[in-house]
Amino acid sequence: MKPSSFAYLKAKSVEHAIDLLGGADDEGRLLAGGQSLIATLNMRLAAPKLLIDLNGIGGLSGITVRSGTVEIGALTRHAEAERSAEIARFAPLIARAIPYIGHVAVRNRGTIGGSIALADPAAELPACLLALGGEVEIAGTGGKRIVAADDFFKGLYETALGPQEVLTAIRLPAATAAARVGFGEFARRRGDYALVGLAASARTSGGALADVRLAFFGVGATPVRARRAEAELAAGHLDGAVAALASDLDPADDVQASGATRKHLAGVLLRRVAAQLTQVSP
Amino acid sequence: MNELRCTIALTVNGEPVVETVEPRQTLVDFLREQLSLTGSHVGCEHGVCGACTVRVNGVIVRGCLMLAAQCDGARIETIEGLSDAGEIADLQTAFERRNALQCGFCTPGMLLTAQELLQAGGMPSREQIREHISGNYCRCTGYQAIVDAIEAVAQQRAEAKP
Repeated sequence: MKPSSFAYLKAKSVEHAIDLLGGADDEGRLLAGGQSLIATLNMRLAAPKLLIDLNGIGGLSGITVRSGTVEIGALTRHAEAERSAEIARFAPLIARAIPYIGHVAVRNRGTIGGSIALADPAAELPACLLALGGEVEIAGTGGKRIVAADDFFKGLYETALGPQEVLTAIRLPAATAAARVGFGEFARRRGDYALVGLAASARTSGGALADVRLAFFGVGATPVRARRAEAELAAGHLDGAVAALASDLDPADDVQASGATRKHLAGVLLRRVAAQLTQVSP
Repeated sequence: MNELRCTIALTVNGEPVVETVEPRQTLVDFLREQLSLTGSHVGCEHGVCGACTVRVNGVIVRGCLMLAAQCDGARIETIEGLSDAGEIADLQTAFERRNALQCGFCTPGMLLTAQELLQAGGMPSREQIREHISGNYCRCTGYQAIVDAIEAVAQQRAEAKP
């Protein structure tokens, strides 16, 4: 199908985008990579009156590593992060997850910030942000604020972003020698949204795992931390961690798979991802 | 609201183009309907099938997931441009020889996608070829012959290098 009519303006700066959002009476949408938004417009699942294109704004793209933090500008394309030596070294979880996002042509255009801001419950990057305990930088009328990943994802496609705010960057703790990450997902076809996925991070501490963070996706309205399973895994109990998923997760039935199937697959994934966490990093 | 028409200046297959478009017009519809470049096809219109694949500023994108209005200043290349320039003549020959197409609807997108993989150089494995074309649907061939053709051209190009 074709989108319904809308006006289109290029934002010249983040402040300009915020002003335009304010003048649009809740009928404006920010356009970043557009790989979800334009599909939604084409299917007329959304019909905003104004699209505010962020793509021309300078300084919103790029990857910087300093003082133990990896900062990824919101307009950084998936493909750029996929090729980045900094990401491979300091954010290996992101490097592992990106090849699972859509397909090559989608990754050439889609942005890291767009994926986090949309917060699709079956998407890879929101779960990675949560697993890494990262934070989101948000600009609004009153300046900038920082929101922790644990407080950012609120509900189905609902985040801490207000109606007149722009996500400008994400920040992740840079991987140290003790950092361990794991990633896996089940999808019906390559590039499809996950039936179930898992992004995980931990730290090795005297042969055991500590600070285990397990973020499942495709199992609820938001990416979900499996906190009982995290504690079991940190205590060295893999079977206990898999059993704990029964109470940590409550996936619903849908046309793709039943909740019971998803729960089973979550356990299979946890065993695979736990093996990645305990491997010596390459 | 204002801004219901936009003027864009861009290059398409090396030629400068200045046109007025509606913001809601996708890049692929603009190419087909306004510029009569009908080699890029419109399939699913939501980014799944890959039939609308075109190059923007040197990389392949979904022509249905980008707006023409966003292409002001951009360098667009379509199957017509790649074909006329001879850039993918070897791939086109290999597709024909190996029956890597039947109806041909997916072929322009498939060729652009394959070319991006081959441009990276090296000798991709069949698994890497399948992964790379996984966003381009073909409902005729079962993909086997397409993978064969891309693999054969990768081989030829690797051998042609000194």
